[in-house]
Amino acid sequence: MMTRPDRKRPTRRSVIAGGGSIVVSFALLSQAFAQEGEVQGAAPPQPKPKLPGSLADDPWLDAWIRIDADGAISVFTGKAELGQGVKTAILQIAAEELEVDPTAIRLVTADTGQTPNEGYTAGSQSIQNSGTAIRHAAAQVRELLIGQAAAQWQIPADQLRAENGKVIRSDGQTLDYGSLVSTEIMHVEARPQSRLKTPGSFRIMGKPMKRVDIPAKVTGTPIYVQDMRLPGMVHARVVRPPRPGATLTALDPSAVERFPGVVAVVRNGSFLAVVAEREFQAIQAMRLLETAAQWSEGMKFPNPSEFIQSLKTRPAQQGVVAERGQPGAASAQSFQATFTRPYQIHGSIGPSCAVALLESGTTRIWSHTQGVFPDRAAIAEMLGVPAEQVHVVHVEGSGCYGHNGADDAAADAALIAQAVPGRPVRLQWMREQEHVWEPYGPAMLTEVRASLDQSGRIAEWNYDLWSNTHSTRPGPAGSLIAAQSLPAAFKAPPAKLSISPSGNGDRNAVPLYTIPNMRVIWHFLPEMPLRVSALRALGAYANVFAIESAMDELALTANADPVEFRLRHMDDPRGRAVIEAAADGFGWSRDRLPDDRGRGFAFARYKNLAAYLAMALEIEVERETGRCRILRVVAAIDSGEIVNPDGIRNQTEGGIIQAASWTLYETVTFDESGITSTDWSSYPIMRFGSVPASIDVRVMERPGEPFLGTGEAAQGPTPAAIANAIRHATGRRLYDIPFRAEKVKAAIGV
Amino acid sequence: MTLLRIVLGLVVILAIGTAAFIGYAWHSRLDPIDPPAKASLDAKLLARGAELAAIGNCNVCHTAPNGEAFAGGLGIPTPFGTIYSTNITPDPETGIGRWSEEAFSRAMRKGVDREGRHLYPAFPYDHFTLVSDEDNRALYAFLMTRKSVSAKSPANQLPFPFNVRMLLAGWKALFFREGPYLPEPGRPAEWNRGRYLAEGLGHCGACHTPRNRLGAEISDQHFAGAEIENWTAYAIDSGSPAPLPWDAESLAFYLRHGWHDRHGVSRGPMAPVTANLGAASEADVKAIAAYVAEVMGRPSKERLAQGEAALAAARQEREAAPLRRTGETGNGAGEAIFVSACQGCHDGRRPPPFGGLNLHLSTAVNAPNAQNIINVTLYGLPAARGEPSAMMPAYRGVLNENQLVALLDYMRERFSRQPAWTDTRERVSSTLRGERKVPVYRMDGTTHAPPETSMRTAPWP
Amino acid sequence: MAVTLTVNGRTQQVEADPETPLLYVLRDHLELNGAKYGCGIGQCGSCTVMVDGEAVLSCVTPVLLLEGRRVTTVEGLGTLEKPGPMQQAFIEEQAAQCGYCIPGMMMRAQALLQADPSANEAAIRAHLEPNLCRCGTHMRIIKAVMRAGEIMRQNPQSGGAS
Repeated sequence: MMTRPDRKRPTRRSVIAGGGSIVVSFALLSQAFAQEGEVQGAAPPQPKPKLPGSLADDPWLDAWIRIDADGAISVFTGKAELGQGVKTAILQIAAEELEVDPTAIRLVTADTGQTPNEGYTAGSQSIQNSGTAIRHAAAQVRELLIGQAAAQWQIPADQLRAENGKVIRSDGQTLDYGSLVSTEIMHVEARPQSRLKTPGSFRIMGKPMKRVDIPAKVTGTPIYVQDMRLPGMVHARVVRPPRPGATLTALDPSAVERFPGVVAVVRNGSFLAVVAEREFQAIQAMRLLETAAQWSEGMKFPNPSEFIQSLKTRPAQQGVVAERGQPGAASAQSFQATFTRPYQIHGSIGPSCAVALLESGTTRIWSHTQGVFPDRAAIAEMLGVPAEQVHVVHVEGSGCYGHNGADDAAADAALIAQAVPGRPVRLQWMREQEHVWEPYGPAMLTEVRASLDQSGRIAEWNYDLWSNTHSTRPGPAGSLIAAQSLPAAFKAPPAKLSISPSGNGDRNAVPLYTIPNMRVIWHFLPEMPLRVSALRALGAYANVFAIESAMDELALTANADPVEFRLRHMDDPRGRAVIEAAADGFGWSRDRLPDDRGRGFAFARYKNLAAYLAMALEIEVERETGRCRILRVVAAIDSGEIVNPDGIRNQTEGGIIQAASWTLYETVTFDESGITSTDWSSYPIMRFGSVPASIDVRVMERPGEPFLGTGEAAQGPTPAAIANAIRHATGRRLYDIPFRAEKVKAAIGV
Repeated sequence: MTLLRIVLGLVVILAIGTAAFIGYAWHSRLDPIDPPAKASLDAKLLARGAELAAIGNCNVCHTAPNGEAFAGGLGIPTPFGTIYSTNITPDPETGIGRWSEEAFSRAMRKGVDREGRHLYPAFPYDHFTLVSDEDNRALYAFLMTRKSVSAKSPANQLPFPFNVRMLLAGWKALFFREGPYLPEPGRPAEWNRGRYLAEGLGHCGACHTPRNRLGAEISDQHFAGAEIENWTAYAIDSGSPAPLPWDAESLAFYLRHGWHDRHGVSRGPMAPVTANLGAASEADVKAIAAYVAEVMGRPSKERLAQGEAALAAARQEREAAPLRRTGETGNGAGEAIFVSACQGCHDGRRPPPFGGLNLHLSTAVNAPNAQNIINVTLYGLPAARGEPSAMMPAYRGVLNENQLVALLDYMRERFSRQPAWTDTRERVSSTLRGERKVPVYRMDGTTHAPPETSMRTAPWP
Repeated sequence: MAVTLTVNGRTQQVEADPETPLLYVLRDHLELNGAKYGCGIGQCGSCTVMVDGEAVLSCVTPVLLLEGRRVTTVEGLGTLEKPGPMQQAFIEEQAAQCGYCIPGMMMRAQALLQADPSANEAAIRAHLEPNLCRCGTHMRIIKAVMRAGEIMRQNPQSGGAS
């Protein structure tokens, strides 16, 4: 079985279209995608009463939940499963409020033909937005059904309750949901208030539920887009130029066309691909095609040795992120430092893949994109067709961690499909294509200048950061590599500086600590020497690294314990609570550790508006080589109301290990001829021999509080906790990520 | 009468011999000291010591797998039994914390420990004897400031009579010539420096010179190549099997970086050597390279021409369209394996260290036996931890004996002008059965990264 | 050209060029999804399968080497309805995020545990070194493999793969 839109069942569109009301078409058109802080330009529509979560963008209950006459329940989310466990959490939420078993629900995720438009699955917002919407929608549907039963039985609704797909009255009589439902009652706009279940009455939420996707993943059941096999499907590979900006100057495809199994060589401007019957034939033909193509020089890469410092001197626009009090007064006890992070990759283990089929004028694309709707818009623009002729369905891929090659692969497949109409095209990137062509997490440089007052409190804080935008996601066709390669090339839209609460390059640039005088500036760099976009946590990774490193140095200057120093500046009780929980769980103390060991602490509230996370870790530095090994980590996280505690732990453990790998090992390398980190040997990441001995994630109980985005909460604190632990172990402060052995050794000396 | 005289004569000779031998063999115990404080040592001296210790490769033998640096305990297999390396950290009880500088220098110069006992030449004092007092002082300062680790090495596993240390006096009398190094007048300073390092602290000959039955290097086969730990240390004299002759420049690059685009990557026991040399002074490594290049000698016109031909063949394969079957040799099975399993990385399109070497340039296929290719094919090249490095997948578990033999025969025939190997099947079979134990090393050092404390690792399955 | 392969206990003829890496024959010809393409050059382990009980990187193993050998993929360890001990352990420990690397992990771990069901944590970590995970699920993978070892030790008949 493949994950495909179920064509036997009527889609929401067809059901609603059958009703034929004007209001309905309005419901479908009111799809705007702009709730992600990292999306620039599109302003969200402002509904009159602010509805909870994504209901604000699509208020119709039947856009989210459908119950058929036979009692079958479908829940629709515009969010996609990226391996973060969102399907399971959303099922828990919907089942809880609908009073049904999670197995009774069919969950439909991101599909331009079926689900609400929830923009991108990004920014740790799935539960905050979609989860909240579905929770309220489910609660309101439940109340509607109870109300319907009350009307049938002619008794007050408050004498009825819902349970296991039925409405039950005190004498035990029941009515199935299916018998109560009708198009009219479901097709209503949500109200701002819902009768949500209280935490004490939860059956499913707040308890660990086994992920619904894992059994398939461990048995080889075809659930990834990479596993799709459609009748008549062919395999494609693209051939990219040696470096961006190079154009195809000459091509002799004859040998490739004669190669066994080759169906077509696709050339469209500088877009080059080959299609074959079998996958390995396509790969062999691609290698052959590489030798048959000649390219112009293309862009020149910057000098790598001077690159990171050059960020400060490149053309920049200034954005004031925060300003309070009167910063600028110098103080004797001050700290000043520059921190950097390099370009880093998403590095999904499975290179990007998509399947596309052009049939009867419509191009259907199965993709692991984070945003089926924006991707549809971009691909339709590239193909020069109305959006209705492009249908994008999310199918799981390898983990994404932000804007990787998924959208580009979808566009590649769509373009290739135009050349072989009627045949589904499965396109997968090669490893080196993913390493070289995915948009990287932007390199950043930050400067902290802070000073203490007489009492050992931070008196002023100046922070400057230099960064590109962290989002060049599609929407416009110009953000797609394929569209940029066409004869009438689409241009990447110019990046714009935008300061928003959730932040972009400036995400988490403002410390959550109480500091009277503060100035935070984003020196926005519109030019992108290397192609960049969203990598998990965006600017929060570099900003929290700098802030929390500086906090430790200031604590040292103030002769204070790092944990106590943070608490001294933390007024938010939930911030204090995670800091205390992490310190207690770790057994934080100032006791002497064995030689070459150190402990480090860090804290951040992701985006300053999502989950709170504090962590303490112990590290061992091998003095002879500079290799660092994290021994143990204790983290405390406050995600608001807990949906799936094990899901939160899984995401947080993963975030810590991934961010530790970024911090200790990872940097994109290039020379003036191009990218030189093209595989796992030239771009190493953490392997089993280096993972910590233990990671202990403690989830705070916050019944009744709103959901807080969790998936990226560990990315910022991790590099700082590592740097602080190395500082403690060696007496040396590291400012430049990654902390590879060579660099640490150089800092330690002989 | 005559008989009596002969017997008396023999007794006298024996007595004199024994006295002389004891005089030669006996060394005093030197007084223990309290370990010197780090602060008392000159920082420049320490830094120099670190560079020298890298050239001496001290960490490689004096660190057990997964053990602490310099804490000893590595079992070194010898034809006479297993010798365990000692703890040379400044731990007073189990390390050399109680050794004075005099005791350290004496160990280096004469091969005896602080107690006056003879050391086994697994500790290469036959080379270290050349080290100058000044360099010993720097090495001592470096070692005495390492992290002190309490670790007792296991007892050596040596059968009688090899466990009698006094016998080593006889070995020394036969094979040991005490230093220090005396510069050869009339030679350039760099050559003398290179010779001093290569023959002394660097102890290149310990692996690259064959040994006699008593475990001593055969002096008239200096640098002629040998087998060590079931890896082949290639000849680095005029018999170097490298298809493209080395010169001082390429050697210096290789020794410092662990790879050269026309020679490939260092691996096996050479991997930690080049990883260490990355931390040595550039001038010293260049001197070593200059000296070794001179030992190799000026290549003949014929060798140069063969080198050019190998380069041309590699270039042609790099630029041509990827081939499937080439049909060049009659070895169908081996060719099919090579084309389908090896060529994808070894066509030379991507140069070392991250791409595979085109085998026209491979020293291994020109070597006197196939052992190194057997080793890397079966056990692969395991990545360095968290540092860019060369890598190769292991084919143990895939290739059976016949397949590997066919592949090796094909490689030899296609890429080398040397006659076919004769002992390939025996080597493949005994390696597959585990009778030849092959230590596997991580690929640290194929970038500038420092080596892992112990680069010995389990083979990557 | 046809190649004879034994995969998950079934011997079959496959119409494929003998030079084709096993990975593509498994995925493209036999429609098995367990082995995943990750790098194609043996650096990440997501294509790991077992050949005669040893962990093997299918992306760099041409099928011409496999005549008469027993290939096992994750499909050979059990099914959705009846997961084998390794699969059961990964489900119980919730040892997946995106899950793409997981079948390769399981096959490498299976090879270890079939040889030594009492492999300890250090041995498991060392053994899994060739396999990469990007989601950071390592801690759970280690726990799952240890749990699989427990299950196999409790019921020695359970662990074998077809």
